[in-house]
Amino acid sequence: MANVRLIARLDIKGPNLIKGIHLEGLRVIGDPQEHARRYYEQGADELLYIDIVASLYGRNNLRDIVSRAARDIFIPLTVGGGVRSVDDVRDLLRAGADKVAINTAAVNRPELVTEVSRAFGSQCMVLSIEAKKIAEGRWEVFTDNGRERTGRDVVEWARRGWELGAGEILLTSVDREGTRKGFDVELVEAVTAACAIPVIASGGMGTLEHVEEVCKRGRADAVAIADALHYRRMDIPQVREGMRGRGIPVRAVERSAEP
Amino acid sequence: MTAAVTVIDYGIGNIFSVTRALEHCGATVLLSGRPEDILAAPRLVLPGVGAFANGMDGLRSRGLVEPIRRYAASGRPLLGICLGMQMLFARSLEFGDHEGLALIPGIIAPIVAKAPDGAALKVPHIGWTPLERPPGCATWDATLLAGVREGENCYFVHSFTAVPERESSRLADATYGDCRISAAVREGNVWGCQFHPEKSGETGLRMVANFVRM
Repeated sequence: MANVRLIARLDIKGPNLIKGIHLEGLRVIGDPQEHARRYYEQGADELLYIDIVASLYGRNNLRDIVSRAARDIFIPLTVGGGVRSVDDVRDLLRAGADKVAINTAAVNRPELVTEVSRAFGSQCMVLSIEAKKIAEGRWEVFTDNGRERTGRDVVEWARRGWELGAGEILLTSVDREGTRKGFDVELVEAVTAACAIPVIASGGMGTLEHVEEVCKRGRADAVAIADALHYRRMDIPQVREGMRGRGIPVRAVERSAEP
Repeated sequence: MTAAVTVIDYGIGNIFSVTRALEHCGATVLLSGRPEDILAAPRLVLPGVGAFANGMDGLRSRGLVEPIRRYAASGRPLLGICLGMQMLFARSLEFGDHEGLALIPGIIAPIVAKAPDGAALKVPHIGWTPLERPPGCATWDATLLAGVREGENCYFVHSFTAVPERESSRLADATYGDCRISAAVREGNVWGCQFHPEKSGETGLRMVANFVRM
């Protein structure tokens, strides 16, 4: 088993880091850069920025936040929200993003997934899926922060996205997002079983047991944590040690010997 | 005095992060896709992500293949990162059979990896993986990896891996299931790393700093 990645997720609205519940009812947390720096220094494996109202504020907002981050944060940065075209992706990569997460535009025009992976490599094409449970063992794809139904089945869409060239899937459970009640493990399990690309589980992290469950039973390749970090209920080293203690392989973070 | 580094801009890859990491380590960076700048560079970085054929096309269409070879022959330090490392090799089998810069003997082949239980591992190989010192490499002292300890992790994202012809070209390996990944390579003054040092936190920055001091 490869190391499970610990990803700090930063939802952005305008200039602010925010947090909601079920992707709604947003509360301002603070300056994204300040938090991003802290997570980098604590040893986060990656940072994930999602602009949740990109259509209202324009994409420049996110580009500025990312280029600020990329100036002194030397871990992978994934950026999403309002990305509609190959040109949008190029802009964000030029600003310092390593990967781009696309949700709505991919649902509207699935070929975009192929275009982006051909132009920049599948490694930077992250298919972002917002999932809501509609029946036992069935989830529907939503867009626009869990507000718009699409009629698509999550597992089918994930498999299709993989075939279209996505290199990774960011799987957000709208039902669990911000609730601290645990990941939707069945959802993650269904998607990891359906496609051979890495899956980032997002939404619902409350305790270390939740992380253990989604990694072991759900076979998540990475976990996105927001709430628990932003409200300082836990820090990255605690999560990392907790995972290691539960037998989940994680990166050993150590400082090199001084020269 | 600051150390000057030329980063090859050939229309591919996230050069912003590479540039920032070099600057963070005290370098002044010139971004250029011009043959004369490459020939005159005191230190040269070849970045890159994406497909091998696209990368080589980007170099060829700008007339950079020969300048890079001539630069390498000058003995000054050259560092290829990710696709940039792969292009240092003679050939790649990524979607066909493509010729590379041929500065290091060997080929680029697809990752085929199985877990101990026989299950196929996911490709691309994405994530933080520990570096190992290959049997043929006595020490990392006085190399790109000086000061890095075995077992420190670097950030990888790739679907193909280099298979150096000579064991002595291997500077660091990584293990992905049952697949031996060539993580870093060396042939004289030519260095390559499959992982992204500019995205590998403090461990990666140490290597970038080592390169800037070469």
